[in-house]
Amino acid sequence: MGFYLVQFLGGLAQASSLFLVAAGLSIIFGVTRIVNFAHGSFYMLGAYLAYTLAERMGGAVGFWSAIALAAVATGVVGVVMELLVLRRLYRGPELFQLLATFGVVLIVQDVALLIWGPEDLLGPRAPGLEGVVRILGRPFPKYELLLIALGPIVLGLLWLLFHRTRWGTLVRAATQDREMTAALGINQTWLFTSVLFVGSLLAGLGGALQIPREAVNLHMDINIVVEAFVVVVVGGMGSVGGAFLAAVLIGLIQAFGILVFPQITLVVVFLFMAVVLVVRPHGLMGRQQATARGAGHVPEAPIHASGMMGRVAAVGLLVVLAALPALFGDYALAVLTEMMILALFAASLHFIMGPGGMVSFGHAAYFGLGAYGAGLLVKHLSGGMVAGLVSAPLFAGLGALLFGWFCVRLSGVYLAMLTLAFAQIVWSIAFQWYAVTGGDNGILGVWPDGWASPRWAFYYLSLVLCAGGVLMLRRVIFSPFGYALRAGRDSPLRADAVGIDVRHLQWLAFTVAGAFAGLAGGLYAYSKGSVFPTLMAIPRSVDGLVMVLLGGVQTLTGPLVGAAVFHALNTEMVRYTDHWRLTLGVAIVLLVVIFPQGIVGTLARLPFFRRKEA
Amino acid sequence: MMLDSPKTRSRRTVLTHLLRGVAGIALATIMTGIVTEASGGAAAAEPVRIGEINSYTGLPAFTLPYRNGWELAVAEINANGGVLGGRMLEVISRDDGGKPDDAVRVANELVSNEKVDVLAGTFFSHIGLAVSDYALRTKKLFMAAEPLTDAMTWEKGNRYTFRLRPSTYMQAAMLVEQAAALPAKRWATVAPNYEYGQSAVTIFKQLLKEKRPDVEFVAEQWPAQGKIDAGSTVQALAAAEPQAIFNVTFGPDLARLVREGTTRGAFDGVSVVSLLTGEPEYLDPMKGEAPTGWIVTGYPWDQIDTPAHKAFLDAYQAKYGDYPRLGSIVGYTTIKSIAAAIEKAGSTETEAMVDAMKGLKVDSPFAQITYRAIDHQATMGAYVGTIAVKDGKGTMIEWTYADGADYLPADDVVLKRRPQ
Amino acid sequence: MAVLEVSGLTKSFGGVQAVKGVGFSVEAGELLALVGPNGAGKTTCFNMLNGQIRPDAGDVRLAGVSIAGKSPRRIWRMGVGRTFQITATFGSMTVLENIQMVLLSHHRNIHDLWTRATRRHADAALALLDRVGMASQASRPCGVLAYGDLKRVELAMALAGEPRLLLMDEPTAGMAPAERIDLMALTADLVRERGIAVLFTEHDMDVVFTHADRIIVLNRGELIAEGPPAAVRANPHVQEVYLGSGSMYGHAGGKTP
Ligand SMILES: Nc1ncnc2c1ncn2[C@@H]1O[C@H](COP(=O)(O)OP(=O)(O)OP(=O)(O)O)[C@@H](O)[C@H]1O
Ligand SMILES: [Mg+2]
Repeated sequence: MGFYLVQFLGGLAQASSLFLVAAGLSIIFGVTRIVNFAHGSFYMLGAYLAYTLAERMGGAVGFWSAIALAAVATGVVGVVMELLVLRRLYRGPELFQLLATFGVVLIVQDVALLIWGPEDLLGPRAPGLEGVVRILGRPFPKYELLLIALGPIVLGLLWLLFHRTRWGTLVRAATQDREMTAALGINQTWLFTSVLFVGSLLAGLGGALQIPREAVNLHMDINIVVEAFVVVVVGGMGSVGGAFLAAVLIGLIQAFGILVFPQITLVVVFLFMAVVLVVRPHGLMGRQQATARGAGHVPEAPIHASGMMGRVAAVGLLVVLAALPALFGDYALAVLTEMMILALFAASLHFIMGPGGMVSFGHAAYFGLGAYGAGLLVKHLSGGMVAGLVSAPLFAGLGALLFGWFCVRLSGVYLAMLTLAFAQIVWSIAFQWYAVTGGDNGILGVWPDGWASPRWAFYYLSLVLCAGGVLMLRRVIFSPFGYALRAGRDSPLRADAVGIDVRHLQWLAFTVAGAFAGLAGGLYAYSKGSVFPTLMAIPRSVDGLVMVLLGGVQTLTGPLVGAAVFHALNTEMVRYTDHWRLTLGVAIVLLVVIFPQGIVGTLARLPFFRRKEA
Repeated sequence: MMLDSPKTRSRRTVLTHLLRGVAGIALATIMTGIVTEASGGAAAAEPVRIGEINSYTGLPAFTLPYRNGWELAVAEINANGGVLGGRMLEVISRDDGGKPDDAVRVANELVSNEKVDVLAGTFFSHIGLAVSDYALRTKKLFMAAEPLTDAMTWEKGNRYTFRLRPSTYMQAAMLVEQAAALPAKRWATVAPNYEYGQSAVTIFKQLLKEKRPDVEFVAEQWPAQGKIDAGSTVQALAAAEPQAIFNVTFGPDLARLVREGTTRGAFDGVSVVSLLTGEPEYLDPMKGEAPTGWIVTGYPWDQIDTPAHKAFLDAYQAKYGDYPRLGSIVGYTTIKSIAAAIEKAGSTETEAMVDAMKGLKVDSPFAQITYRAIDHQATMGAYVGTIAVKDGKGTMIEWTYADGADYLPADDVVLKRRPQ
Repeated sequence: MAVLEVSGLTKSFGGVQAVKGVGFSVEAGELLALVGPNGAGKTTCFNMLNGQIRPDAGDVRLAGVSIAGKSPRRIWRMGVGRTFQITATFGSMTVLENIQMVLLSHHRNIHDLWTRATRRHADAALALLDRVGMASQASRPCGVLAYGDLKRVELAMALAGEPRLLLMDEPTAGMAPAERIDLMALTADLVRERGIAVLFTEHDMDVVFTHADRIIVLNRGELIAEGPPAAVRANPHVQEVYLGSGSMYGHAGGKTP
């Protein structure tokens, strides 16, 4: 009995920590609609700052002031990010700010390494709370009791802030209807700034409070941010109470889950999220969101099949690409091959994100399934490359067919997070099912057949398949199917009222996109010679998003340009500097500020490139 | 857009020029980058070129001291006139970003562009395996420095790959020897939820059972790497009332586990044997809270007084003003091994170097090590001892050096596991 | 047989009884106006007729076949076209493409992944646009049109499905008075040409009295009057309701969202 009680309390303590971070994220998303990847970085910053301050100041007063100061300082960092970067992007396409926050993540990672060094830093214990209390005979740390209390206290304070202050009223109004608050003449910019302050402060506080529990380290950002998103989404976006409930449930499921299935640690959170979202499409306490599209955003321009100029340019590009093996060495060809593969991957993601209006945070699942489709064939059936490249899109397409059925029932960020959940489930299967997938040690020896093994030969193979894939996707976008898909995105109401089964089309589109991502993944596997679960891990999905958004989600060529630019930056910076994360992060932030509609999106709006209206 | 005011319009034109300029420059930079790569690295220069890959951004706590180590070795060798009668060593180092596919790309860059003679490095097992497979395909010698997985030299071993650090199997076997001597019969295990943790536990269980058929394993915990819920994990372990615990977690997870466990008294009266915990990388961050009494593998750098180690230590401290970590030893010995292989082979031709590596003896700061011909595993060992706290810092006491050669299975077992 | 027969239609949202036991019918070629003050339940009625929301009770029959509870797209396939009070068009497409889209759906082409969509049904689409006076703007993006023009596009979209029944929710809202008369005159012509039954709501009573063949009046979810324009105008109960809101005889009701 005592054991279960203590396990229960442990779960609650974990829940409180999670809640603090998630609450901040939820508030920021609720008001600004920013998917803030940098939230985990602020959590980490809070921890580092608290560590330094607590070491400097010492003593009980020093410790607690360190925590408070670290939280406030982190809030200020959030404000700086808003003022310098995010503020310029509110008129960009949906989710565009995500790109800037991704740049910030990279910057903070390197800055933290530069300031605090590589070693984990174990901070002091909380003065006065070092020991344990006995609960039904079982020891339980006092500090964890404090954490347990802190969750509801912060929840209560937030409630008061939201319901008893004018600022809170505005925040709630903006959460419910951002356009409406804008129309009422409320100064949105300052509202957003202050919301980033509060949200980041909570993240910093969450991080700072960890120092008595864990060594501050450089992975804290990545380790928390995904889980914080899960909590926010399971609770219902923008619902702080929901976030609390979700955090408690997740804390408890983890605490008790490991008693029953110790091996389940990798996936339990995502399984839980998947179940919640399938049953409740807007989370536990969320309400249907007014879509973020609309007043704040510039409407997407009609698409046009390329004219004479465009075709000449496309053929010219293909000719140049076809000529490159004569000029370049092995490595350059390998990088160009990767660029083409990633361009196909990005194009497939764009297919559902752009025309389909479905954001995916888990598109790497299909890239990875494609790679495994090829890799498993090699491993278990000693299949050749051609068979592998056939099975790759099939395997991925089947996966997308299955998961897509659930995903298209949702919309917006909920849909995105469900794709993430499925991606993580697939990832953990690949990661843990050693007998079949080789687990995290992956599958080796997935090399091209003899005829395709010279780099130039594989380059041409990739060129044909990737260009073919991209052109086919493009063709579909211009087909009646593609138009109907866009119709469903532009106005689900109208589409339904003119006989279009929007969900069904989205499901098909999801599958098509999955299959093409799978083809890209299969090619990638053969270009690398090996397949690992990392191919379907979150960073790969994020890379896809970055490529699409960087190029311009509202354009057709944007994803291709985005893939090329991002991959070029990535590979080049790694070669020239140890601090490639810092430089890449700064480059992304700059690109985002210079091209607030994405690279192609912004260029296309310039008078020079703009198509004359008839 | 119809919404444009004249003002924004004129601003836009200025912006247009600006943007086109920026885009042009960016494109030019990228293209020149690729073009120079294509033509670069042509003339086979005098120096011996070593392509080195590691997770510098992914795991800096281990890899930065490691880099210091190999830089020291390079400096020493070059100061003594290099190899093959006057050829300097030149290391071209790259970050793999913690991803196996990136590592393969970088390896390709090093081989095709930089024309390196040897590949070396890697920390994570899956990255080591990816590079090893690439080395096999391109027929380049690969000195895997740190990856621990047994597959590296056994199931997935190949002609071109050699591994320096004692494998998971070896280190687990070293601890089993200690564990078997303990009176404990009820054992629990806690390990990170991936291949390394799983193999360590499997090997430990198997070898301990062989030595002590009377032990039983009563609980196991598999926290996600980097995300341990330490309180619940400790509690769950304690609930099974084990007499001893085998720990495989490391890094931040370990610190949390130790703090939670110590606070709750979960380790009181329980023996703990723990992989890698005595390595300064993992021991030092815990400072005065290092778990006393744990039996660990590690590196008591301040207490080893063999001449070889003393020389290394002095040189290291003189150069960096810091003490070495285990990574430093690994980095240092990696380069020394490559240099030795080149000297023995008398050339930098891959097949000659591979043949030279088989049975190659190298003096490491620990002891002389041998790269076994049978499986390409070095016999580098580890120090096994007990953790104590002195002057507010964790340290190892009652340690001995466990020579890797003594903790490898019999040859026929190895031959069965390694494809011939 | 009437094109549309409605009986006992009822819907409540939480505590609000939005529509209570409403029944009426529309004949082919007839323009029936559904009027009532703001919040009377007109849009809710429409939403139940085209399947957007499911009635709590009551029946809707289209040419004798019950369609209550069916999905909007099934009902559309059975010949019910609709315009929305707040226009709903495809903002990222040109005006012409909007109509083509509907025609593609009407001809069941949308699972075609290969042919170029803009090459399909272009002439038919242009003809429809011409009919509603939008041909000159065919290649403009729908996202930048004036509100009145959007209403015309919606009408063309509704017509593209060759409906038997047309539901028009405030078709002239946001238009200048002269435009309103034009649009309704156009609608009236179309109805007679093609024998379509039309049910429309409208706050502009000039429009209603000029074009409606018959009027039904809704107040707080209940039908309070039905009959030819003159009779309804004379109905004291209706006058009372409308005097309350004061919008029966003026143009006050023309709302834009
Ligand atoms: N989805 C909904 N949820 C809750 N209440 C609703 C909903 N839709 C309509 N209502 C309520 O039902 C009543 C009828 O609304 P409806 O939109 O049908 O009126 P209307 O006659 O079309 O008014 P208007 O002339 O302003 O368009 C109103 O009180 C409205 O608030
Ligand atoms: Mg209405």
